[in-house]
Amino acid sequence: MPVQTPAPVDYERATSVEHALQLLERLGPDSRLIAGGHSLLPMMRIRLAQPECVIDINDLTELDYIRVDGDDLCFGAMTRHAAVLASPVVGEHYPLFHDAERLIADPPVRNRGTVGGSFCQADPAEDLSAVGSALKATLVLRSPQRTRTVPAREFHQGPYMTALDDAEMLTEVRVPIRPGAASAYTKVKRRSGDWATAGAGAYVVLRDGVVADVGIGLTAVGAPHFCAEEAEAYLVGKPPTDEHIAEAGRLAARACNPRADQRGPVEYKLHLADELTQRVLRTAVERAEGRS
Amino acid sequence: MQVTMTVNGTEVTREIEPRLLLVHFIRDHLGLTGTHWGCDTSQCGTCVLQLDGLPVKSCTVLAAMADGHEVRTVEGLEVDGQLDPVQQGFMEEHGLQCGFCTPGMMMTARWLLDNDSDPDEATIREAISGQLCRCTGYENIVRAIRWAAEHQGERQAEREPETAEQEVQA
Amino acid sequence: MTTTEAGTHTSPAGNPIGFGRMLRKEDARFLRGQGHYLDDLTMPGMLHAAILRSPVAHARIMSIDTRAAEEHPKVKAVIIGATLESLNLAWMPTLSADVQAVLATDKVRFQGQEVAMVIAEDKYSARDALELIDVEYDVLPPVVDAMKALDPDAPVIRDDVEGRNDNKIFDWEAGDKERTDEVFAKADVVVEQDILYPRTHPAPMETCGTIASMDKVTGRLTVWSTNQAPHAHRTIYALVAGIPEHNIQIISPDIGGGFGNKVGIYPGYVLAVVGSIITGKPVKWVEDRSENLMSTSFARDYHMKGEIAATRDGKILGVRVNVIADHGAFNGTAQPSKFPAGFFHIFTGSYDLEAAHCNVTGVYTNKAPGGVAYACSFRITEAVYLVERMVDVLADELEVDPAELRMKNLLRPEQFPYTSMTGWEYDSGDYPRALQKALDIAGYQQLREEQKEKRERGELMGIGISFFTEGVGAGPRKHMDILGLGMADGCELRVHPTGKAQLRLSVQTQGQGHETTFAQIVSHELGIPPEDIDVIHGDTSNTPFGLGTYGSRSTPVSGAAAAVVAQRIRDKARIITAAALEVSPDDLEWEQGRWYVKGDPSQGKTIQDVAMLAHGTLELPEGVEGHLDASVVYDPPNLTYPFGAYVCVVDVDRGTGQVSVRRFIAVDDCGPRINPMIVEGQIHGGLADGVGMALMQVISFDEDGNCVGGSFMDYLLPTSMECPSWETGETVTPSPHHPLGLKGIGESATVGSPPAVVNAVIDALEPFGVRHADMPLTPANVWMAMQGKPMRTDLAVT
Repeated sequence: MPVQTPAPVDYERATSVEHALQLLERLGPDSRLIAGGHSLLPMMRIRLAQPECVIDINDLTELDYIRVDGDDLCFGAMTRHAAVLASPVVGEHYPLFHDAERLIADPPVRNRGTVGGSFCQADPAEDLSAVGSALKATLVLRSPQRTRTVPAREFHQGPYMTALDDAEMLTEVRVPIRPGAASAYTKVKRRSGDWATAGAGAYVVLRDGVVADVGIGLTAVGAPHFCAEEAEAYLVGKPPTDEHIAEAGRLAARACNPRADQRGPVEYKLHLADELTQRVLRTAVERAEGRS
Repeated sequence: MQVTMTVNGTEVTREIEPRLLLVHFIRDHLGLTGTHWGCDTSQCGTCVLQLDGLPVKSCTVLAAMADGHEVRTVEGLEVDGQLDPVQQGFMEEHGLQCGFCTPGMMMTARWLLDNDSDPDEATIREAISGQLCRCTGYENIVRAIRWAAEHQGERQAEREPETAEQEVQA
Repeated sequence: MTTTEAGTHTSPAGNPIGFGRMLRKEDARFLRGQGHYLDDLTMPGMLHAAILRSPVAHARIMSIDTRAAEEHPKVKAVIIGATLESLNLAWMPTLSADVQAVLATDKVRFQGQEVAMVIAEDKYSARDALELIDVEYDVLPPVVDAMKALDPDAPVIRDDVEGRNDNKIFDWEAGDKERTDEVFAKADVVVEQDILYPRTHPAPMETCGTIASMDKVTGRLTVWSTNQAPHAHRTIYALVAGIPEHNIQIISPDIGGGFGNKVGIYPGYVLAVVGSIITGKPVKWVEDRSENLMSTSFARDYHMKGEIAATRDGKILGVRVNVIADHGAFNGTAQPSKFPAGFFHIFTGSYDLEAAHCNVTGVYTNKAPGGVAYACSFRITEAVYLVERMVDVLADELEVDPAELRMKNLLRPEQFPYTSMTGWEYDSGDYPRALQKALDIAGYQQLREEQKEKRERGELMGIGISFFTEGVGAGPRKHMDILGLGMADGCELRVHPTGKAQLRLSVQTQGQGHETTFAQIVSHELGIPPEDIDVIHGDTSNTPFGLGTYGSRSTPVSGAAAAVVAQRIRDKARIITAAALEVSPDDLEWEQGRWYVKGDPSQGKTIQDVAMLAHGTLELPEGVEGHLDASVVYDPPNLTYPFGAYVCVVDVDRGTGQVSVRRFIAVDDCGPRINPMIVEGQIHGGLADGVGMALMQVISFDEDGNCVGGSFMDYLLPTSMECPSWETGETVTPSPHHPLGLKGIGESATVGSPPAVVNAVIDALEPFGVRHADMPLTPANVWMAMQGKPMRTDLAVT
């Protein structure tokens, strides 16, 4: 029976990215960055997480942006979910972000929770992880010594585990803008605000009636790296017929390894991986063809 | 550590433990018990207050994180002895029964109306979807917020002459 | 007082004199954040307590080491079972003739059971110290599946009771078994169905808590606590702790919802008292949400096998049901003591049938104790769910429309008062009228047509109906008591010299608006503006004895008491008016707020005039005392029987199993409505409960006895998004025995709505041949039902 108050902890407030990185380096692996806090604080309250120090990065407004940079749509790590949902430029390029954000938690939580926090928490049911994988996003990681980029599909290394080194932080999520791409996201949950029972997102680029490029992301169903590579490979070069989409759904589900829990048995979650993959592909195709 | 923040327009400074949750700071250190807590896991929304003008769940914010920021609670809704239209709406439409979720609901409603003067039912339902009520089945909360939307102007109208007069005097 | 065009009188403040829509008096403080809920209160020198709870469901306690916790600089005391044993307080009586461990001494018997209490200077330190207590457990196999609790090889949970060698608590039956068997034997059609009403929890937004303060000098114990029944609590504290009852004061401050969760006395309350005695300071204990969901009163957990018998043309002949009732580790259900299954035996519902019989077997399991809570009207929820599901199962078997089948079998108005096959005397009703009204509002025929078209397109739409009858307002002293305490309610009314009044109640509002509606009752009887009537409740030292608010009993019992006490004042006012005008009381006639001389309306005295005269020097007739006060103890002659007809329309996503409640129509009959606004609000809340219970709320357990559903992340309550905009209607059939014709309404919708939602979902699944699936109908459960594999919802999903 967990208690519901955090254990004693120190608090530091970072004033810049550099300062945050210095603090991380100085305070070592028992320190944690805190952004929106909506994943970390609940874990601290039940003492599943007991950092010695939290480093508050909410003052890093330099990481609070959504902008087009070259051929990429870029999200600063401190961008709040609410800002993603409200952003016209996001909707213009990738409506799946809006589909997903509308289904993430609830409005007060979306006012605090951040894009970076969602990726770094690496919850196996995180929606943005599936979105990032679907879009083959790139994550920008900074440490006091260097800046490096990691593909979203390599960032997550297991439940609650990421490629981040000690004294390294995620600063930006970059999504390549694909002319003509259409996208969609959907999820099944038991109730508004619940974590996903299963979720799927996809983009498609159609050229001459066939799928020229496609990305499929899945969450909460044990999809390796939150994606469905086999299904993607299958679709490329084929027209998006019901039959092909159905096969893509089947292939996506085949790669999944969900766990039974109160959200449903394995059989149901595998079915959803299939069903939701098909749904987002169909919606994305409809959007590509201007039908919705 | 020491924190200083503006709460309902007044600056307050207190010595606190860094682990203190904002909801406990507001309730136990400032004695503003209108903000409630109900679940410990950021699900119920009885702890919602406004942080820099946005509704947030104060059980999932450290008080330290609010240092230097602005907090508004239910106690700050009434201005100069006049109820906010949201408060009035909750009364007129019976938007509360036990009253426990009410402060959080009203703080979200105030934010909603500040950003959308004429929200429809679906918009209102979405806005309060992160906050649980066990008494009303939400129907009268939706009606209360609609009432407030429809009567927003009246309070402003009542206030405008006063403001105008002050400006003249200035 | 002014009269509106509609003929109703309004007060100077614009409120109705008597019944009608009136804004609530209590809102003024709640809207400003000025309510005083338990956790808002602080006392000088107050300490904070936290409870260490068992992480496992069934284990022998080998040792408890509290030394490190005691050394924590802010800790004032640590209490364990052994401490209590020395005070003879390790066990406390339950409301069902059992005992419950206050702190575990020998074994822990459910996950979340109380093992130790830490009392510290602040709440964070108290919780820190919990982590410093070291308990060694020898884990035992748990009983998780109620259906296996009576297996010969099942572990015996209650080996604290000498001679006990199984997990059976009781067998209880109602109805005529022989006659029922005969009716079933001759019936054309008999259908049977296993139906689970799963374990759920009332989960008010405010958790339970207490502040106990023992004054060692005066020996006076003051307890502030979140409780729905302060007077019952006072008596029980006196009996359990041996403190003289006149030295105990129980105060219920504002309560953030109760729904039955705040009826019982929990170990934490007793521990806070002990803590205050030990430390000499006030001790506050407030549950975390997990503690609330995992240890305090759950509800339902009825495993029912229902059978229904009928003629081929759809005349229902009988209902038979066998129940395994999971009561958890201690039998702590809260209901009138003579009824171990509560009022479940009202399961014949609203139908005219020839015979009925039920058998209920209560069993122990390694789960939290409780069972009767959550707006259930003492298990009428389970009864209504059973019969309303069975009627739909029968409709499916007979291939007839469920509305038609109900209409054919509902009791007819001329059958009232009606004595049911299990002994209830339904006071009044016009059932067909209510059902027809609900069907009309719904546009039932059009809905069926729409459904037909949708089915042809492969879309799943369902229409569900339920009809319920409740018996609420416990209850007549000759039939009902709790631990020997009769269920009559006291009420006192004092009219002050200036005509303003104070009404003192024994019942305890948790959001029902008593401060408004009880003022309206007095206003209705005396013509005093409701704003001039102060309603006082929640403090045992300031109010008359009575058993509190639950089971929808406030209006039927205390509402009647308020009416009767006001009528006594009115009668006395007549005598005083007569004395003042020097006429005979027989020459006077009453109009709202005033006695006047027959034939000469200008000659009269208002109730305010009378109040001053009563306190003045007017010579009163022999035997008539001064002042204008009265008190009453009201013993209800019968329960009141509200009823209603509900229609629910759902859409089901066949690819994901997600259910969307599109419409919900509720026609309720609770007799006249004191304040229609408040009544409608009560109904709305109950309807949301129905959606929640039918679709998402459940407390289940894994094979090790771990509680799944111990936080709001897993115990899901409906939000604004799952609830439709409720459509309500009413019929009015007064109760013949209540002085104002009123019936209870607080739980009607919680009782009546779950079967409507479930019936709608099952109706939507008709193309899949689904006849039944248990609540909650989560997307997974619905989809699995479509595959012919509905889930067992009491056990964790594997």
